[in-house]
Formats: sequence, structure tokens, C-alpha cells
Amino acid sequence: MTNQTVLHAKHLEAGAKMVDFYGWEMPINYGSQIEEHHAVRQDAGMFDVSHMTIVDVKGADAKPFLRKLVINDVEKLQVAGKALYTGMCNQDGGVIDDLIIYFFTETEYRLVVNSATREKDLAWIAQQSEGFDVTVTERPEFGMIAVQGPNAKAKVDTILSDEQKTAVAGMKPFFGVQTGELFIATTGYTGEDGYEIVVPEAQAATLWQQLLDAGVKPAGLGARDTLRLEAGMNLYGLDMDESVSPLAANMAWTIAWEPAERDFNGRQALAAQREAGDQPKLVGLVLEEKGVLRSGLKVVTEHGDGAITSGTFSPTLSHSIAMARVPRAVKVGDIVEVEMRKKLVKVQVIKPSFVRNGKKVF
Amino acid sequence: MSNIPSELKYASSHEWVRNEGDGIVTVGITEHAQELLGDMVFVELPEVGDTVDTGDDVAVAESVKAASDIYAPVSGEIVEVNEELEDSPELVNSDAYGDGWMFKVKLSDEGELGNLLDAEGYENSIEE
Repeated sequence: MTNQTVLHAKHLEAGAKMVDFYGWEMPINYGSQIEEHHAVRQDAGMFDVSHMTIVDVKGADAKPFLRKLVINDVEKLQVAGKALYTGMCNQDGGVIDDLIIYFFTETEYRLVVNSATREKDLAWIAQQSEGFDVTVTERPEFGMIAVQGPNAKAKVDTILSDEQKTAVAGMKPFFGVQTGELFIATTGYTGEDGYEIVVPEAQAATLWQQLLDAGVKPAGLGARDTLRLEAGMNLYGLDMDESVSPLAANMAWTIAWEPAERDFNGRQALAAQREAGDQPKLVGLVLEEKGVLRSGLKVVTEHGDGAITSGTFSPTLSHSIAMARVPRAVKVGDIVEVEMRKKLVKVQVIKPSFVRNGKKVF
Repeated sequence: MSNIPSELKYASSHEWVRNEGDGIVTVGITEHAQELLGDMVFVELPEVGDTVDTGDDVAVAESVKAASDIYAPVSGEIVEVNEELEDSPELVNSDAYGDGWMFKVKLSDEGELGNLLDAEGYENSIEE
């Protein structure tokens, strides 16, 4: 049984090529993935992300519950609307999922988790909530549209009410606000400015059409993947999963070690790994000659082998880029080799971030 | 349904073959194949002068999504390659049967053309 988002008809109307994405029938592109990629980097594009799972956590224990559930600390969230990126780990320190948590009050939070991991996430969250005074409610009655690009905010502004415009005016990155029927957040997955907008299902198609009329170009999952990889952002299932420590997935910055008494899931395992210092690490790779680095290819270094976790052609840079898990001793600036179609090609190791705000950053 | 010109011959591995006369054929990949692969980012072509046998992997089409081998649909000598693809691999997407052609082969045995599929045969092969 394949799920369809509330925007399914709008995708077909726009000529989308639909594919099965973890049980959801989603647009892979609307003709050209590369053109959609450029639209987001140079102007404004939009993605249907209604397949993502919104989970509201409410109750007297909402805060202590989340301080146990995730590796980052929701105590850092002090201003209404502020968002936090974090991993959710099992007791062994493996990443069950990565997610964004929005803070409304100390008894009200919103989590946005991946669609591919929906069932195990919901089961884990329910199991972990035992003994806490919280209610965990999935919110499938919302659609979600991400509008991204240098002109995204200006184009969205043209369709907002005065009240909504005021609510989002000057909003810093990684915030969200409920205004009228829309929850508008300055989060995203492309390295560009923009919004992620949560909209009641009944209004989703209208909002999509208004954005189209405002000149926002629909972009599919294909462009979403090249954009997020250029931005150096992890994709669950490729760059990390339950077999991978956040220390090995460039997510160490999302672990809040202080205060020492906060006993979050996976803390003991992660602390031992940090102490041992033997986890591999996630780096960026750049190939400037012909060829495309792909997930799974072997990376050969003088410190031992690694593997590409996700790789693609970068439409912005016109050559291939990748993220790879390699031995910790490999340094930024090193030249290492990738085994590609039976030959070794030299690639440069960089910090895993390639493009920000339309510009090369390495 | 993709366009499958009736005047061409096809290999089940998605190459098309146009008989140019004088024992020379032009080879590319079908519209169906380019649709499956998506946006083309590099095309690695054989060298002029190479001798190829039917079924040899002689070129590589790299799209954003995947790298795909292109096989020689006939035996012979490579007499020309489409150098335009070096700078404009997207021609394979926009004009698979025209400007997106890949290479020309001087046939070593014209009889091999008889082993290729006609348009109907190819259409049946991709519907299976």
C-alpha cells in the first residue's frame, strides 16, 4: 500500500515523475533534476515534504522526557519558536533518527522526524515515554512545503497575510512560529534561505498553487538530494543509521555533554567512544575530474580504508562531491583515493560542506 | 510512452543503431534509456580507431543518478565519436536520437545488423 501526500494531484499536474519513496509515492523530478537544483540555488524552489512525520509532545514532563530522549539538550531552548537539530540514539549510541525539535513552552514541543523511519521512531518514542507525564501525538493531518532559495522568503511574503508577514519578519534561522493556520519555520535542508511551512491538509493544495503563481518552481527528491549533499547535510540511512555513532557521522556538535548529570539515551556508550577516540569520522570528498562518486565506493587512505556514504554530481560546482566515513587520522586537506570502476582516482578531503548560499565554500 | 523511431535498429541493452550506408552505423542510447537514467552529467566515449566486439562495454553514461555501461551493438572499428558530448552531455537527454548520438562504427560484418531488434521488438523488450 503506497501512501500519497495531499499534494499528489498537484505533482501530477506539474508533470512529475513519481517514485516509491519508503512507501510514499513522491516526485523524483518534474522533468530535470538539474534545472530544479539550479532554481533553488539561484531563485526559489519548493518541495513537498508532507511525508515527513510531525509529532507533538505535550505534558508536564515534556522537557525532562526530551532531555532523556535525544542527545542534544532541549534545555538550550529558551525562546518560544526556537528549533534544535539533534540525534535520537539507542542505548548503544547508534542513531535511531535525526530530527528537529521546535520549542513552544516547557510543556509543548514539536518534533519533525524522517518518513523512512516513522514506525520505529514512533514505537521508540512511545516506549521511552513510559513513566513520564507526556502525550505523544502524531499529526498526519498536516501537509508540509519547504520553500528554499535566495528569493524564497520574498516570494513567500507575497502570499502571506499582513499578520503572517509581521510574524516572520526578521525571524532568525532555526525558528518557527504559528501564525494563522500556518506554522512557518526558518529551517531547511538545502543550505539556502527559506521556510518550511506546515499547513492543514485542506489548505495545502491552495498554498502550493499560490507559491507556483508567485514563481516558485517545484523541485523533486532528486534535487533535494543534490542540494542537501552540497550543503553537507546528513541523510538518514546513508550517512548514519543505528550502526553508526553520532561521533562517526559529523554529529558530535549535537551532543550536549553538559550538564554531566543529564542521563540521555546512549550517553554511557558515547562517552566511552569519545574517551577511546577510535571512532571513524565523516568527511567531504571532492573529485574535480570526470566521474561521479557514489555511495558504497571504497576510499583508500594511508591510515586504512573508508567508504563513501553518499556521493553525487554537484550541479552547482559541475563536478562530483561526496561524504565518506574514513579513519579519524585522515585530515582535511589530505589527498586520498577512491576505487571507481576498477581504478583509483585521487580526491581531496575537505570539511563536509561544499556550497552555502549558492557559493562554493571549500 | 517513449519515442521509438521505426527506421532504427535496437539492442536489448538500450542502444539504437542507424545504418548510414557505406558500412557505417551511428549508435546512441534510446529515449527510454535516457529517461531511466535522468540528467546526464558525463559521457565517456571510446577512442577513434578502437576495435570493438558486439557486447563489449565501450562507453559510460554517467547521470546524476547512476553510471551506466554502453555496449557495442555491433562489431567493427570506431570511426567517429560525438565530441559535443564532452561539454554538453545533456544532449543525450534532449535529443537522444539526434544530437545526442555517441559513436560511429565501421561494421566488420554487415550481417550482424540482422541480429538487432526492430522498433516493435525493442518496444516489446522494454514492456516486459
